[in-house]
Amino acid sequence: MTNGGQSLQGWGFVTPALLWTIAFFVVPFLVMGAMSLATLEGRTLIWGVSLSNYAEIAEKAYIWRAFLVSLEITLTVTVVSVLLAYPLAWIIAFRVPAEWQRLALLLAVLPFWTSYVVRSYAWLLVLAREGMINQAMLGIGLISEPITLANTRFATVTGFVHFFVMLLTLTIYANLIQLSPNYRRAAMDLGASAFQTFRYVILPLTLPGVVTGAFLTFVLCIGDYVTPQILGGNSELTVPQVIMVQLGRRADFPLASALAIALMAIVTLAYIFSARWLRLDRL
Amino acid sequence: MTRLSALFLTTSALSVSASAVLAEGELNALVWCDHTDPALIEPFEAEHNVKVNLREYEGTGAALALLEQSRPGDWDVLVIDGIDVFRAVEANMLAPLDTSALPMDDFFPEVVMEENNTIDGVTYAVTEKFGYNTISYNSEKVDEADMQSLATVWSEKYSGRISIYDYYLPVMGLAAIAGNVATAEIGSGDLPAIGETLSTLRSRSASVAGVVAAQTALATGEVDIVVGGGEWLTAVLAEEQPELTWTIPEEGAVRWAQSIGVVEGSENPDLAMEFIKYIISAEGQARLATSSCFWGMPANAKAGDVLTDMQKDVLRWDSQPDYLALTQLYPAPDADLDIEMQDLWLETLQQ
Repeated sequence: MTNGGQSLQGWGFVTPALLWTIAFFVVPFLVMGAMSLATLEGRTLIWGVSLSNYAEIAEKAYIWRAFLVSLEITLTVTVVSVLLAYPLAWIIAFRVPAEWQRLALLLAVLPFWTSYVVRSYAWLLVLAREGMINQAMLGIGLISEPITLANTRFATVTGFVHFFVMLLTLTIYANLIQLSPNYRRAAMDLGASAFQTFRYVILPLTLPGVVTGAFLTFVLCIGDYVTPQILGGNSELTVPQVIMVQLGRRADFPLASALAIALMAIVTLAYIFSARWLRLDRL
Repeated sequence: MTRLSALFLTTSALSVSASAVLAEGELNALVWCDHTDPALIEPFEAEHNVKVNLREYEGTGAALALLEQSRPGDWDVLVIDGIDVFRAVEANMLAPLDTSALPMDDFFPEVVMEENNTIDGVTYAVTEKFGYNTISYNSEKVDEADMQSLATVWSEKYSGRISIYDYYLPVMGLAAIAGNVATAEIGSGDLPAIGETLSTLRSRSASVAGVVAAQTALATGEVDIVVGGGEWLTAVLAEEQPELTWTIPEEGAVRWAQSIGVVEGSENPDLAMEFIKYIISAEGQARLATSSCFWGMPANAKAGDVLTDMQKDVLRWDSQPDYLALTQLYPAPDADLDIEMQDLWLETLQQ
């Protein structure tokens, strides 16, 4: 085949994905960018180039607080999920017999089979004052009266962690299983302790998988509306919740778009920060 | 599967597809969730041999945006918050409505709401359902006497046992009423005082919750009071948990109302009108009032002839004259005041 033929064939493979990306990412993004520069005068949308929506974001304390809350929750969820998912992935990869690993992975992803909304409401029931956790703690005498767990940041983080531990387990497991056992054996032969083997050999080699999973967790968590809305009880507002309020009654698409662009800027920064270790091909 | 059941399933499938094919037309309605109850829609579909396509929405802004993005003729019927009819009319999204064929004389006079549904002498919508944003509570967990005054409802005594309904207009309306400000007269100058009341309420509440979350919180004992609740929140739970009830305090409460109209440019204006006639008929009103999504009072008083005594008890049918006298329509701010109120609400939530 000639170079021209190969090139044509290459474009043939790439074009559908390219068109898809242009139609469903680039164009909507441009529309959102243009919308963020428009203004709402009264109830009339005025197209133009104005930075007033970004100025509004800078001026309003509750919006700043929403960004802070979103970042705090997202970072907490990401760190806790990684700390829980790594040992789980390790156990599945190295402690569970090979013939049982598929079943273990299946069990690990089982929560994904339930509707996200239903799962959040289920957590609300579990964490309620008369829910399972309070009843258990009362039963064993750990507490003398029910404590507030639902409608708090703790509830939001719990709901998120339950979901993202599964996601991270998969990405980390995929990384761990690709590691040759010879690395561990070599480290041990050279006198490294189990901890040293993990610290200086296994962890650096699995970092791309960890960072990839953590990045996905960050992206999905910071943009999520359902979990904080259902489990957080509006005890504090995240950015997606503030965006929804702009849309619900007033249809303030310009301000909502500006908020969404600002959120994307944060995600972009997170990408730049983690790009060194990101290996999306390991997924 | 037995041959008989297979035959039954096949026959059912054929009859369903046949009825879809035989339906003479389609009606597209943009509605609140109470209209999606099959018990409400199916009798109309059967009578007129049509298919009613329902699209549920939350928030007037979302509905108007959806209409703006649609082609003329895509939608036939719009159900909208009564205080927002003027917004749809301003945006040229509602067609004039001929009310001469509608049983307007049977309506509770207080909810005809001409000031909302009629603009410059032209009627664009009619009220179809109303209710109250007031106080829902668990009668076994609170002193019912305390629920008769807004001051005691959100007193220190119930700190941590309150959920606030997550919609700023009715809750700020209640805060205004607590401070002796009429909901129709709320202005920028009243917002600091309303904000103080909201802060107090917020500091004593466990959550600010949407419909399902507020119902769940009350039903599971997470909270004992929902400020901004009402019959629409507890009525669907009444059969299983009769202790969950509601009242209107002595200061009064906020009244909500939803209106229905024909969308401008509808391709089926006659069918849309028939749908509206059905919805505000006594039978349609009784079904809408007791929809599986949420209950509320029918605008047409003749629905009382169709509702059962138990249903009327839950809706507090006999107390309506008192309730209507005691309540005010919830705030309908202009665009600028709306922004101020929404900002105040969000600032309070972030405290």
